[in-house]
Amino acid sequence: MAGASAETVEQVQEVTSQKYKYGFVTDIDMERPPKGLNEDIIRFISMKKNEPEWMLEWRLKAYRHWLTMTHPSWQKVKVPEIDFQDAYYYAAPKSDEDRPKSLDEVDPKLLETYEKLGIPLKEQEALAGVAVDAVFDSVSVATTYKKKLEEKGIIFCSISEAVQNHPELVREYLGSVVPYSDNFFATLNSAVFTDGSFVYVPKGVRCPMELSTYFRINAENTGQFERTLIIAEEGSYVSYLEGCTAPQRDENQLHAAVVELVALDDAEIKYSTVQNWYPGDEEGVGGIYNFVTKRGACRGDNSKISWTQVETGSAITWKYPSCILQGDNSVGEFYSIAITNNYQQADTGTKMIHLGKNTRSRIISKGISAGHADQTYRGLVRVSPKAENARNFTQCDSLLIGETCGAHTVPYIESRNRSAKVEHEATTSKISEDQLFYCRQRGLSEEDAVALVVNGFCREVLQQLPMEFAVEAQKLVGISLEGSVG
Amino acid sequence: MASESALEPFTEQYEALTGAGTLPGDALPWLKRLREEGIQRFGELGIPTPKVEVWKYTNLRALERTAFQPAAGGTATPSLDTVPSLIGEQAGHRIVFVNGRLHADLSRLDRLPDGARLTSFAKALDEDPGLLSDHVGRIAEGHDDQAMYHLNSALMQDGLVLHVRGGVKVEEPIEVVSVAAADGEPLSWHPRHLIVLDPDSEATLVENHVSLGGGATFANAVTEITVGAGARLHHYKLQDEATTAFHIHTLHGRVGENAFYDGFGLTVGGKLTRNDLHLRLEGSFSDARLNGAYLQRGKQHCDNTTLIEHCVPDTTCREVYKGALEGKGRAVFQGKLHVHPDAQRTDGHQLSQALLLSEEAEIDAKPELEIYADDVKCSHGSTAGELEKTALFYLRSRGIPYPVARRIMVESFLGGVVEEITTESLRTAFMERITNWLSQASD
Repeated sequence: MAGASAETVEQVQEVTSQKYKYGFVTDIDMERPPKGLNEDIIRFISMKKNEPEWMLEWRLKAYRHWLTMTHPSWQKVKVPEIDFQDAYYYAAPKSDEDRPKSLDEVDPKLLETYEKLGIPLKEQEALAGVAVDAVFDSVSVATTYKKKLEEKGIIFCSISEAVQNHPELVREYLGSVVPYSDNFFATLNSAVFTDGSFVYVPKGVRCPMELSTYFRINAENTGQFERTLIIAEEGSYVSYLEGCTAPQRDENQLHAAVVELVALDDAEIKYSTVQNWYPGDEEGVGGIYNFVTKRGACRGDNSKISWTQVETGSAITWKYPSCILQGDNSVGEFYSIAITNNYQQADTGTKMIHLGKNTRSRIISKGISAGHADQTYRGLVRVSPKAENARNFTQCDSLLIGETCGAHTVPYIESRNRSAKVEHEATTSKISEDQLFYCRQRGLSEEDAVALVVNGFCREVLQQLPMEFAVEAQKLVGISLEGSVG
Repeated sequence: MASESALEPFTEQYEALTGAGTLPGDALPWLKRLREEGIQRFGELGIPTPKVEVWKYTNLRALERTAFQPAAGGTATPSLDTVPSLIGEQAGHRIVFVNGRLHADLSRLDRLPDGARLTSFAKALDEDPGLLSDHVGRIAEGHDDQAMYHLNSALMQDGLVLHVRGGVKVEEPIEVVSVAAADGEPLSWHPRHLIVLDPDSEATLVENHVSLGGGATFANAVTEITVGAGARLHHYKLQDEATTAFHIHTLHGRVGENAFYDGFGLTVGGKLTRNDLHLRLEGSFSDARLNGAYLQRGKQHCDNTTLIEHCVPDTTCREVYKGALEGKGRAVFQGKLHVHPDAQRTDGHQLSQALLLSEEAEIDAKPELEIYADDVKCSHGSTAGELEKTALFYLRSRGIPYPVARRIMVESFLGGVVEEITTESLRTAFMERITNWLSQASD
């Protein structure tokens, strides 16, 4: 343990002591039903959103099923008991009844929040090709670039709008990838989801811009239950960005989102996430609980779904973006960087379910653990008997910074077809002294050397991010990459 | 957890045996306590189901459905003419157990050097109870969640005890033949083995598990091992039981400073085999090698679940499991390397490779790293696939028929693991068993 490690520890402390930059609360009156969860609350949410009968039925079916389920315990993360009755399940800005028709009508305080967050809504059109469907708590406030997308026939709106305006699509696809009975948190989400994005890309259309949503949790004690549904018709292409920040507070917040992707023949969906929710303070107090179910179905032949994620926030992350490779020759990809610090816990990875012939999947996971954090890569590669010539390659590397953190790798590999080739490799190490020495003798400072090595460690994944996101992602990688990228 | 009815046969057995006072060591309070704890914990945990994470891929339903009777002692000595010895008929030392009980008449123990003692658990309880009370149940301590271990603690009656005193080297290998003999009704037993190597001693132990008669059997064995500072234990195992045999083996080993545990297991037999191997590297510069190979066909199921704990700085381990599956053969590999917070400079590597030779074969691998120290080098790899087509084509283009080409390739694939066996004659014996298996008509 030479100076390098001491230096690293110092760096960690530096970041540890950095205050969460986005820690502010906007004071807006909330219209909300009382705390707790029961059928009446679900009816209230459904009524508030003016939903059709079938939607309410679906929610209630999910809720009734949820009552029969128990909190999962197989994961590595330690989750304090969550009192689901001690949270609000609906919060909307007061102006809900009278939805803003344009940005001018938007509550100025909301706009102020976005300013602080650095989402220049008013300047969106000037910005290079990013349409933002901003979610403030639960109700989508503004969606830009709608027009340009409409010209192409692309639907990009909130899921509540979609339920109103495109019920046939929602009804067909909602729950078709993540059924309402899927798992504890997905089922809860199915019962009480309040908003999220809906994207529909018609046949043969290549979406001309990156679609983006900023999620933001604002109202205290409001669990966020986002529901996102993306459908890519035959031969279409869409790239979707998701990023989020949340205000600082001491009470843990539950976030249980569900994301469903459907790719038909020859379609491609690229889904990128930068997750930077409040991770709790240096002592591990507060912070978001992030229990997310993300799953994509490559239904059509030659389809492709690619997940890229940079996970730096949340006190607890529990998330396995998955691909169901149904169509022949379909491709699934998962690129991930997870950084945990202080008392953060992350149990994340992916599932690649090979069902069709010649399906291919690739998993690249980079974990960096520092402070007292605990991180687990948990991934499943399953090759069914009919998946002739399926191919998987998995690489997961972990980097440990400091003596008190943990890094774990738990791959599940199930192969039931002999023509399938499944490969997994994983390493865990600290930054090599040799690499540092090499950099230092070239005249780099120790700090720069560490940054360079960590940058190189994550590079394979960072390269997968769309340009618009790469900058933010690199900032978030923060600790290790600061000063060495750009 | 498990239903009452599934547990009943075992709890009834326990009550009957304790009631009759026929369990050995009845008068020893520590053993009595161990048994009571065992049956209580087993009752709480039940027979493991796939819902228990470490049993995710192995289902004991078929075992639950079979009405096993406890194997009685005092059976006639069977003939071992059909059982080939792994060490040769003349060489080395030999101890034979039939249905978990020592058969001294088949054993050959007279050539052991001074300071080495090889006996049965039941005898050791009378002759050297101190050795047992110091180790039995102690080495395995801290694994409260292993139902099958607890069942063994409750019902154990006999087994192997090997004690090698400090500095003593047992040059010739010791063969432990475990015969599963059942002709009619299904029989079960719970052998308990203890291996104690005092500092700077050395021994080679090779287990040979075979079946006689065609009845269903269930051996639920537990082995506790302590390898003292500077000692070296070479521990090999051949699981060659009939396809009517259930074989569950839980091993707990502790390895001291500068000590070396060298393990290898080949599984070709059994209807269902589960090896639950757990090693703790407790002394600095201790080293473990935990290798295995498996060949399964028909409806055979083989599960190797391993845990290697690095508890102190500067320990190393190498773990390689390779196997080939035919028919509906199914193999499970779950391997975990656990590095404790202070175990800096741990060097651990783990590899699992499987060849699927048929359409219905299945491999489930779960190689795990759990690491709490930063200055470590740990890695694992896992592959699954069929025989390399180009290599196969090359051999065939040279006029080698397919079955032979296949045999050559699987042999060389598994040869890499077998090669690590330290004793040459044993290397040859294991390789022969592999060749033999591969020459049998595939289904």
